[in-house]
Amino acid sequence: MTQLAKKRPEFRNIHAFKDLPSYRWPLAALVSGMHRISGLILFLLLPFIIWLFDKSVSSEISFGSFTAAFTTGIGFVPAWFVKLVVLALIWSYLHHLAAGVRHLVLDVTHKTTKDFGRHSAAATLVFSIMLTVILGAKLFGLY
Amino acid sequence: MSATYGYKRTVVGAHYGWRDFLVQRITAVLIGVFTLLVLCKLLFTSGPIGYDTWAGIFAPQWMKALTFSVIVAVIWHAWVGVCSVWYDYAKPAGLRLVLQALSIIWLVSCGGWAVQVLWRL
Repeated sequence: MTQLAKKRPEFRNIHAFKDLPSYRWPLAALVSGMHRISGLILFLLLPFIIWLFDKSVSSEISFGSFTAAFTTGIGFVPAWFVKLVVLALIWSYLHHLAAGVRHLVLDVTHKTTKDFGRHSAAATLVFSIMLTVILGAKLFGLY
Repeated sequence: MSATYGYKRTVVGAHYGWRDFLVQRITAVLIGVFTLLVLCKLLFTSGPIGYDTWAGIFAPQWMKALTFSVIVAVIWHAWVGVCSVWYDYAKPAGLRLVLQALSIIWLVSCGGWAVQVLWRL
């Protein structure tokens, strides 16, 4: 091989704010990107999830501090911020779950048409965003 | 040398990502089923859910065993997922190695904590 390998373009999207707005985002791409972001959020919030599990199941007293997290906060962290993090958790879980189910359906049915890709992506977004709004409203005491 | 590609591809040795692919799906199904199970238990209780009802869900031995395997599934699933993120964005191999090592510590620590909480019940 005498010819030098051609330098190939790289799309790493490291400069997210510069790169990402320059793309066209079909619904399926949006769902895919959000699948990754929601997974990363869940990964980073894992200790908080286990903290919630710990406090809620360990004893009556710890259950008290679990419920207090939503009314008076945790230490110096105010309750509204705890609720905001829990809202992020709710959205991340719902979106990751719905997008994951969409993946499994595509794996099993091999419905790789453009139409099905778009419709299933729309269904994923509707499911996760609507449930997040409903549960978020409950979380912040709107009903 | 005979051809080792196409339908004659060597399917042993390196896993060609096949194991990660399968692990990601099997663990996902387990986590999804577990979510449904806990959700059903909550939805089919009448009245407000206090400590007794909530902790009671995780009290039976079979539920502890199941929750244990879900904890392992979450850790494994997160490992496969976060690895693919590091593969995509963390380009210098040294940086990727550091991030992967930190991810292992992060995930194993979280798993240990979750198991401790579960087995104290």
